[in-house]
This record gives sequence, structure tokens and C-alpha cells, in this order.
Amino acid sequence: MKIITAIFLTGFLAFTIGLFTILPWWSFVFTSFIVAVAIHQKPVLAFLSGFSGLFILWTLLAVLKDTDNEHILSTKVANLFPLGGSYWLLILITGLIGGLVSGLAATAGCNFRKRSSFNKKIIR
Amino acid sequence: MRIVPFLLSSIATAALVVGLNTQLPIGGSKSPRLGYFLSPQHGFWQNAEATNQSYTENLTIKGLKDKVDVFIDERLVPHIYAENDLDAYYVQGFLHAKFRLWQMEFQTYVAGGRLSEILGEERLPLDRFFRRIGMVYGAEQTMERMNKDPLMKATVDAYANGVNAYIKTLKPEQIPFEYKLLDYKPEQWTPVKTYLFLMFMSYDLTARGATTDLKMTNAKNYLGFESFDKLFPNIQDSLDPIIPKSTVFTQPSFNPIIPKDIDSIYLNKTNNSSETIAPLVPNINNGSNNWAVAGSKTASGKPILCNDPHLGLNLPSLWYEVQINTPTHNTYGASFPGSPAVIIGFNDSIAWGVTNAGRDVIDYYNIMFKDTTMQEYWYNGAWKKSSHRIETIKIKGKPNLEELIAVTDFGPVMYDRSFKNASTEGKYLAIKWTANTAGNGLQTFYQLNRAKNITDYQNAIDTWTCPGQNFVFASKSGDIAIKQQGAFIARWKRQGDFIMPGTDSSYDWQKIIPSIENPMIVNPARGFVSSANQMPTDSTYPYYLGAASNFPLFRGIVINKKLTTMNSITAKDMQKMQTDNYNIFAEMARPILFKYIDEKLLNVNEQRYLSILKKWNLKQDIAEQGATIFNAIWDSLSQEVFQDDFQKAKQPMPWPEDATLLQSLLKDSAYSYADNINTKNKIETIQDDILLAVKKASAYLQQLEKDDKLNWADVKDTRINHLLKIPALSRLHVSIGGGKNCINATTEMHGPSWRMIVHLTDEIEAYGVYPGGQNGNPGSRFYDNFIDSWAAGIYYRLLFLTKQDAEKNEKIKWHITFING
Repeated sequence: MKIITAIFLTGFLAFTIGLFTILPWWSFVFTSFIVAVAIHQKPVLAFLSGFSGLFILWTLLAVLKDTDNEHILSTKVANLFPLGGSYWLLILITGLIGGLVSGLAATAGCNFRKRSSFNKKIIR
Repeated sequence: MRIVPFLLSSIATAALVVGLNTQLPIGGSKSPRLGYFLSPQHGFWQNAEATNQSYTENLTIKGLKDKVDVFIDERLVPHIYAENDLDAYYVQGFLHAKFRLWQMEFQTYVAGGRLSEILGEERLPLDRFFRRIGMVYGAEQTMERMNKDPLMKATVDAYANGVNAYIKTLKPEQIPFEYKLLDYKPEQWTPVKTYLFLMFMSYDLTARGATTDLKMTNAKNYLGFESFDKLFPNIQDSLDPIIPKSTVFTQPSFNPIIPKDIDSIYLNKTNNSSETIAPLVPNINNGSNNWAVAGSKTASGKPILCNDPHLGLNLPSLWYEVQINTPTHNTYGASFPGSPAVIIGFNDSIAWGVTNAGRDVIDYYNIMFKDTTMQEYWYNGAWKKSSHRIETIKIKGKPNLEELIAVTDFGPVMYDRSFKNASTEGKYLAIKWTANTAGNGLQTFYQLNRAKNITDYQNAIDTWTCPGQNFVFASKSGDIAIKQQGAFIARWKRQGDFIMPGTDSSYDWQKIIPSIENPMIVNPARGFVSSANQMPTDSTYPYYLGAASNFPLFRGIVINKKLTTMNSITAKDMQKMQTDNYNIFAEMARPILFKYIDEKLLNVNEQRYLSILKKWNLKQDIAEQGATIFNAIWDSLSQEVFQDDFQKAKQPMPWPEDATLLQSLLKDSAYSYADNINTKNKIETIQDDILLAVKKASAYLQQLEKDDKLNWADVKDTRINHLLKIPALSRLHVSIGGGKNCINATTEMHGPSWRMIVHLTDEIEAYGVYPGGQNGNPGSRFYDNFIDSWAAGIYYRLLFLTKQDAEKNEKIKWHITFING
């Protein structure tokens, strides 16, 4: 199951690079790109893998923080934004934003890979 | 390669990243960088502190001489045990930063005129105002003076090192929430920031004059001095001063010389006045209550000291509780994040508290420059060279602004051609203020923290300059005392109430009143001392105290009345008194309303409101509708009486005090201002005004009733704002009674910012509460956890522990050890 591996790798590498908080928040763009280059899938599936990897990671991390915090901060931020104080909506948006950026990066990676395989065929 | 799809998806990725990495404008402010802010590993989720978070840790940091133990109790109050004083202040700095870093830095951005740097151009007027009034200059002056005292320098330096030690431990994702929201980063803490913060307190407590002097000048010019003096009198009939009436004062050591031309130049004929409003006017209610009762009046035979400073209520709170224990002292109380030591508190031997003196220490001088370059000004019959100060204001996303400020003998020229409004056009106003000449910074509090007896207390406060305070004192040995201390100017009558001529030195300040002549009482026969920002003395005090409108009258009356009759007092009694909502002003004013109203002229609804008012118990408790009705009618009455007299004025005018209207009505049934000058054929009487006021107030009350908001707390609607005034981070609709003339002086955004009661028994019994929480992080459960107790009038027993007790006390939850390394 390529897609499962891709999702897992996308999430895992994004988490790992995210530990280096001195790097910008969007550093996972590169890892998601590389995963899509390494695991060759159709563009739609590549997007889906990239998206899911980060969506799951960011949602999960947010839920973990939020549960321990008993929604104190998320409720305030969800009022600030304004999302009517719904921390679930805030968690969802967090996941969507991470997912969207990663999905696009993976799509770029996928389209980059297409070139490599095409070139190889020519050389053969 | 599928070049086009690759390029498209790459560009889309980049665009999205850039979009999510940019602050976008929303309304007047800017959004955070959304991707960064929401990233769970970088952004705000990192500030969502686990509710069961442990604060226990072992820290190895550089700069300490010895090991320091900090025991943290269940309310997150740290108890610091250090082997020497400097280590204690180092750790206090570290802890302030750990729990309040954003706030303490932000406050110095406000004070130092640097908000444009982080918030953009909209804040420029406020920044320029603070630069021009001399905040940075004053902080530098005070620091320079205090640095000459090696002990004070070492203290403030140790504190700064502690703050910086904490900042150094911060990983990028750990910076406080507000930095992420506004998108900037903490900078190094420097000693001058401590002094900037103290300047802000001076501003908040003494700089109302920067606005009122201008308004009073306008009113004097608009009304003429005679009428002005009637509306803004300098006599308060019902005054119960801090120093009891009939106290005999010694002859003044100095008599200020009155300028010869005062009548023509100053009081009547300065026609071309100037005015403007400070963008951040200190609240008139920045006052406070404090009192101490002697052992003769308490159940235990030991004194009890109480203090509740009334200030703007904010989150994170201005105050941070701390206990500091070293071989030289053992002190507990409320500290300022941004400054070492305890500001209001107690130690093993004594307790102290402060209220604002409210004396006028800020004046304007009208400067005559030779030309617009402001190089020379006319002074004592000759042209004199002025100096210049340039302050650089950084603006987010814009080039820096160089603020040029001319400096005269009187002080910095606050208003000139570049900083003005329609009414200051063409005027140059220099400001003279005791705060921006060098003060003694923290020395007084440093010494109070260590004071053992009344002599130490006196030595500690006698050097205090600004802001002038009423320092209340009580000791275990049984002494009580109060002194109004500060650098107060020996003024001739009405000096500095208006803009003064700046062309010669005869209008200048002549002398600071010697500290020994400042009002003080020790162990008075009546068995208590108190202050509530009223005039410190009656009119027999040999120096001019300043305009009476600077001094709220009524809290002082009710406090003294209560304390006079109370006996066998306990700490519990004091709690009840500090949270008392009785409105003494209403007690005096309500009979007037009923005396002059003809109820037959009212409709059923209006009569119903009056009958609620008649039955009202005069307490501004949460559910009292009488309080709402009284305040609505009184405010309408004040409008009816005075509005017509001011409405044609083009410049901002001061509003006459409630006390003035009340006194006039008590004295005089034919009060001349009752007439509405807009009605040509009729002379309104006070009866007419009250009838109209009741009718107008009733319309408003009916609306409130329709919205089910007639209860006093709903109308008052107290809130505790986040410093950025973001509602989501504030506590709104706090249910609490009180009001401006009550001991519990809680108004909409203002009130008792720290309530403290110290019973000086052998083992000190102390209580305290403030409307906030120890942790400044909005993501912490300790962010606002005291507010409900505070609103309900509930106090916490303050844990004042020896180190041995702290180690085994069940209320101690966490332990931080600091080791040098």
C-alpha cells in the first residue's frame, strides 16, 4: 500500500523536521516534496498522501495539546478568530492548513518525479 | 517532467506558504502569520499549558552566588529562599520573566514610546506623547542617579540578569502567546526598562495634570475666573482629611513669593489658552484606600493594616505575589513584574501600603521662542539658548521618525508646531514634572522591605519623590502611622492650576517642601490612620495643596466614620469593610432629590423608580436597582445643570465635580447654574432641573428594564481587559458591586487592583487577592483564576513561611532549585 507508506512518511518526516523549531514552520514543504518524489503515485494520490500526512499530524498534535489544556487556550483563540469559541473548528482549520500546504508540495514533488522517470526512459 | 503542472503546483505551494506566512490586515490591526500561528510545533498550541503541568525543575544557570530554592504554592505564588539579596532579586527577575515576560516588556514599550515598533503607525500619536513628556529622559535621569548607589545598581542589575537568564532558556516555540499573535520576539532586558516601568507608574499616578491643566485653563478663560472659581472651588465643606482637623501645623519654613502680575497675566488675562487631550489620560479614579488600626481597637490587641490600590484592571495583572526570604529580610507582598522587591506588603516586623497623594506635580509653561527653529526663548528679559533632544521612534514597516524636542529651563517643550492640535496652534508649551527629574527609583521600597520599626519606615520613605504617596505603616510592636510623602512644590495659591507664563522665572517652582513638613501622624489618639486620596489636611496646613478637584472626597468620609465606631476589630471585619459597597455620596445626595421633586408631576413609571430609590439601602450591591436609579438620576441632573453652560465652548472643558454640585444644592436652593441659559424667557430652578433629570433618567431606565439590565452590576458591567484590549483574552461581565464613591471602588474597568489585610500578630495573619492570576499566559489555568474570588469578596490566606515550613507545607506544590553553573 503505497499511499499508507506515503502518508506515514510525510507525517513522520514533517514531525521530525518540526522538532527543529529554529527552522520555519513550513519546512515540511521539503520533506513532503521528497516523499512524493520517492514514492511515485498519481498526482491525485500524491496530493492526498501529502495532505493526509500533515492533516493527521497537525490535528493529532493539536488535539493532544488541547486535551491536556482542557481547551482553555483553544477556546480563547477560537473566539479571537472568530470561530464562535469552537475549539473543534480551530483544530480542523489547523489540520486543513497544514494538509493543504503539504498536499500542494507533494503534488509538486509528484510532477517533478514524472520528469525523472520520463528521462530515464529516453536514456534506455 | 511535466513542466507546466510542476511549475503550477510549485508556484501554488510557494504562494500558499507566503500567504500563510504574512500578516494580513484585518480592521485596524493585523492578523498573525496564520501558518506559523497555527503550526502545532511552532505556534500558539505550544502555549496551551497542560492543566496538570508541573513547575518543579532543577535549573543550572550562570550568575548566581549560591543555591536558591523556590517553593511554589497551589496559587502559583513563589516563595524564594536565597542565601543573599542579589541572588533573590536575580531569581525574582527570572520568575517574573517566566510568568509575565510579554507583559513586562510590553509595559516598557508603552512607557518608552515604542508601540509603533510592534503595532505600526496607528500608535504613533501615543508614542510621540510619551517621548515628548520625557518618559525616556526621566528614566535615564533616575537610572543615572541610582547607579551612583552601588547597592541599588547591583539590585537592578541582578534583576535584569535574572530576566535575561530566563530569556536565554526560551526556545523559539516557547515565547509567550502575544509575541506569536503580534509577530515579534522578546529582546534583552536592560536596567533602564525597570526605570521606564516606574516612570509609567509615575505617569499613571501624577500626570492627570497634563490634561487637566489645559482643560482648567480653557474653563477659566471661557467662564472668567470668578465663575470658574464657583464651579471648581477649592473648598470642600464635608472634607475629612487624612490628618485629623484641628491638628496644629508648625509655621512653614518657606513662603513662596507670588508673582506681581498674577491677576492680570495669570488668573484673568491669559486669553490665548491652549489645550489638547493626552491620548492616554490617567484615570481620575487612580486612587486607593489604606488604613491601619491600632491594637487598642482590635480584638487581638495587635494592629491591622489594610490597603487596596485602585488602578486600571488588566490581564495580565499589574501585580505579582511573591515571598522573598534572605538572611537580611523576609518579605511578602505584591511586586511589579519589571521591578525588583515588593511594592506593597509586609515582613517579619512591619507592614506597609500606599495610596496616591494626588498632589499637583506637573505644570505647563507657555514659552516664547524667537522663531520656529526653537533655538532661543525669551526668559527674564533676554533671549536664552534652548537645547534639543532627538528621540528616534521606529515604526513597523515604515522609516524611523526623528522626534525633535526643544528643552528649556522649565523642561521639555511638549507641544510645538510639530505636535499640536487646532487649539495649541502656534503655542509652545514646556512641561515641568517632578517625575522626569531624577527620582530615587526603588530605594524606598528596597528599604521598606527590610524595615524593622517606625524609624526604618520613616528613613525609607523620606527620600521618596514621585509619585507622591500616602504611606501607611503598622508594626508588630504596636505603632501605626501615615505620611504623605513625595517631592511636593511649595506653591502660592492657584500656582500651576493653569498654564503659566514661561517668560520669566517668577512663575517657576521656588522650592520643594522639606520632607519633615509633609503631613504625618503617628499613633493618633483616635486609634487609626487612614487615607483615600482626599485632601491630606484642612486649610490650616501652611502650603497650597492644589485644586480641590484633584482630591476625591467621599471614600475618606465613610472610612473614617466606620473606623471611628468600630472596636474589637478582626481581620474578617476588615475584609467586610474593604469590600463594602455603601455609597456615602448617595446618603448625602438622595434627600436633596426628594426635597425638590414634586412627585405629582411624574407618571406611574417615574413614580415607581422613585419609590425603588426611596427604599434603596444605599448599597451598590450586585442586584440593587436603587443604585442604578440613583446614578442615572444624578448623572442626568449634572447634565441638566451644567451642560448649557459649557455647550458653546469649542475647547475641551472639565466637568464640575459631583461634590461641587452637591455642596451647592445643600447650601443654596436658588443655585444660579440651575438656569438653562438657552431658554430665554424662563429662569429654571433646581426643582425644574430635578424634574427633568428624573424624567430623562426614567426613559433610560425603562430601556434598561426592557433589556433586563436594571441591576447595578449589569449596568456597571465591570470587565478586566487584556492589555491589548482583545475581548477573547479579557474577562467580561464580571459580577461585582461597588462604584466610585464606595470603599469597594470598582467601576467599569477600574478598581481595587490588590486587596491586602495584614494582622500583625506574633505569627502574621495576612490575606490578599487581586483580579488576575499569577501566570500571564492566556493558555494557563492560572491566568485569571483569582477573579471570581476577588469579585465575590473572598480573600486568600497568604502563606508566609520559613524555609523549613515551606519544605513540608501541604499547600506547596512545586519546587525549583537554581544552581550556579
